[in-house]
Amino acid sequence: MRRAERACRIAILAGLLLLLAVPFLARKAEARGIVEVHARMAVAGGWMPGFILAQAGVPLHLRLTSDDVTHGFAIGQSDRPAVDVLPGKMTDLTLTFDKPGTYTFYCTRWCGPDHWRMRGTIQVNGSSPQVPQPVLAPLYTRLGADIDAPHPAPALPASPPSVSRGAALANRLPGSVLSPDYVLSHSPAQAFQELRADPRLASLTEADLWDAVAYLWETHIPGGDTAEGKKLYSQNCAACHGETGGGDGVFAPDVKALAGKSPANLADPGSMLGASPAVLQGKILRGGMGTGMPAWGPVLTELQTWDLVSYLYSFPFEEMQK
Amino acid sequence: MQIELTRSPAVRRLLKSRWPQLTILTLLLGGFLLAIASGWAGTPVGSANFGIIFVWIAWWALLILLVVPLTGRGWCAICPIPAPGEWLQRRAVLEPTERKPGWPHYRWPKRLRNIWLQNLSFMLLALFSAVILTTPRATAIVLAAMLFLALGLSLIFERRSFCRYLCPVSGFIGLYSQAAPLELRVRDKRLCRSCEDKPCYNGSEKGHGCPWQVFPGGLARNTSCGLCLECLRTCPKDNIVLQTRPFGADLRQPSRKMDEAFKAFLMVGAAVAYTGILLGPWGGLKQAAYRAGSLAWGGYAAAFLAFTWLLIPGFFALAVGAGQRIARNTQPLRPAFTAFTAGLIPLGLAFWAAFSLSFVMANATYVLSALSDPFGWGWNLFGTAGLAWKPLPMGLLPSLQVLILVGGLLWSIRTIQRTGAELKTSSLPVAVFQAGLTCLMLGLLL
Repeated sequence: MRRAERACRIAILAGLLLLLAVPFLARKAEARGIVEVHARMAVAGGWMPGFILAQAGVPLHLRLTSDDVTHGFAIGQSDRPAVDVLPGKMTDLTLTFDKPGTYTFYCTRWCGPDHWRMRGTIQVNGSSPQVPQPVLAPLYTRLGADIDAPHPAPALPASPPSVSRGAALANRLPGSVLSPDYVLSHSPAQAFQELRADPRLASLTEADLWDAVAYLWETHIPGGDTAEGKKLYSQNCAACHGETGGGDGVFAPDVKALAGKSPANLADPGSMLGASPAVLQGKILRGGMGTGMPAWGPVLTELQTWDLVSYLYSFPFEEMQK
Repeated sequence: MQIELTRSPAVRRLLKSRWPQLTILTLLLGGFLLAIASGWAGTPVGSANFGIIFVWIAWWALLILLVVPLTGRGWCAICPIPAPGEWLQRRAVLEPTERKPGWPHYRWPKRLRNIWLQNLSFMLLALFSAVILTTPRATAIVLAAMLFLALGLSLIFERRSFCRYLCPVSGFIGLYSQAAPLELRVRDKRLCRSCEDKPCYNGSEKGHGCPWQVFPGGLARNTSCGLCLECLRTCPKDNIVLQTRPFGADLRQPSRKMDEAFKAFLMVGAAVAYTGILLGPWGGLKQAAYRAGSLAWGGYAAAFLAFTWLLIPGFFALAVGAGQRIARNTQPLRPAFTAFTAGLIPLGLAFWAAFSLSFVMANATYVLSALSDPFGWGWNLFGTAGLAWKPLPMGLLPSLQVLILVGGLLWSIRTIQRTGAELKTSSLPVAVFQAGLTCLMLGLLL
């Protein structure tokens, strides 16, 4: 065989082998210590991997990419801002968890059907044996409330109540109803009935009493920041429940097709004024209800759930003004 | 205008040398393997994957907008797909060797020595194209399948049987190469007739016998000449020339073969259908095309096949028949039917160019980012990975498309006028049919 022919064969073979091997070897070397997380729409598999192991106090290097549409990445119950996960682009993110535990990461973009099911967990192990932290059960379980039972309001206001008029009546209300514990464990309609039965308030009209109730539910849910609640609602709930709570969000038809039931109408006074904040919080925390409602417990902090609940009560009152 | 490129000794020397061709071919083979690897292992996001961007944007744009219109089968001369099989068949990558393959190579079956299989293979790809064009893994599978099919066939059958009879791309390049202003021919046919050994076909120590199974002495049209230049190397009388010629020179003697006529129908039909499916406003149609294997896709496939195999040829036959009736020509329909398809060659080329410009101009910037990050793994090899997507000035696009389509229509009408005069039949109804198709295309694009 001529030397040129032999040289050609060797050069072609070696060149092609190198061309194919180098990218894969380089990637392997580069990927050491980095967890590559692929985001796909929930119907196509969600996060891959969906479970990541980390050590407390040791930086966790993530490289995020999307295999389809734009997603968002955030860690539940944390203040760290969400990052966008773009198709075909890599986003590097380094997280350090101080405390051992199980953290939930989730998608923050309305990426497609079942978007809320795009969740994964990061298991953070500690170097020393883990001391179990006492966990307080959510209020609805402590109260023994059944969050799956229907909660029709036994009484409804005849006209839209006014918070400002209610505030003026606050000094005439019995001390027991002014406590946050009372507000959290009672529905507005229940409170109205109890106030109506109180002989000391016999001189007040029904409209006065509803004003007082509206004032209480607007201001006495502990930490209930309605502005923050509105933000959280827009990000996480409006996709199904709709911007004005009517159960008519962009994904509502998908929910109906999948679960056979539309998302709850949060603007319906007949059911909302019959639900206590504890029950609403329970529904948010646990989800379920046969409607495909996700569990927000691992994602939202307790304070955030009260922000949301506080904002939810504005829907039936606004609905009545229409 | 005819300019013999090989008249210059420097050009002839350059073309006779195997090094430039081998170098380009090997680099392209590398790129081809990289496209398969990135399609398979890289990001599933098409716009960030080298496989999708380099095959369906960069290669396709160069092929349909430049290489085919200007050089005809210029791509086939450097196509990497048949290379590994050909090297094994020849037992050499460079010069011919005395060693013959240790096994017999069969001739391609006589019944299949036409381009019907190429029409079918093109249709098969066309029906799945919405998936293949957008899904890197599907692209990788198609490219790998072509590579292995070419390799496998070259071990069983002689010469480049895959290219000549099966390759879905080769079929239409061959068809449109008839319009190209470049040809390989013999200078003096008498020399070929008197040549005893015919090394251009049988091979010699200077080069391999024609891989395309063509005897250059009989070349009249570009369709089956792969421009591999082996005959230039083997001809002992330097009788082979590579020369320029007027556009569409082969269309003066149109082919009378039904397989080639159908190639022209399928290409025109597919260009119109793709424009409707991929660029049109019908979401349902796009989804049906994308959901390969579903019932909706079955309907789409049936409509696609009916449009390209029945509707277009059917109306074309009616137009040809009407032309004969107008001219009171009582000749059989078939010869006129096949001959008139020569008009669909410039028309089809214009359709494809106009359609391709839409997505090539819109997606051209992805070429630079995919070059820096071929697998979509977050690399930035040449500093261009982060380039934001920016379409080329799209304001120019409609005018360009109108220019191309109207130009193609005028060229095709000129072509069929000649055919009509030769066959003593009226070309008017066919011209109306072609104008109608062009209007449909304009309506879909603009």
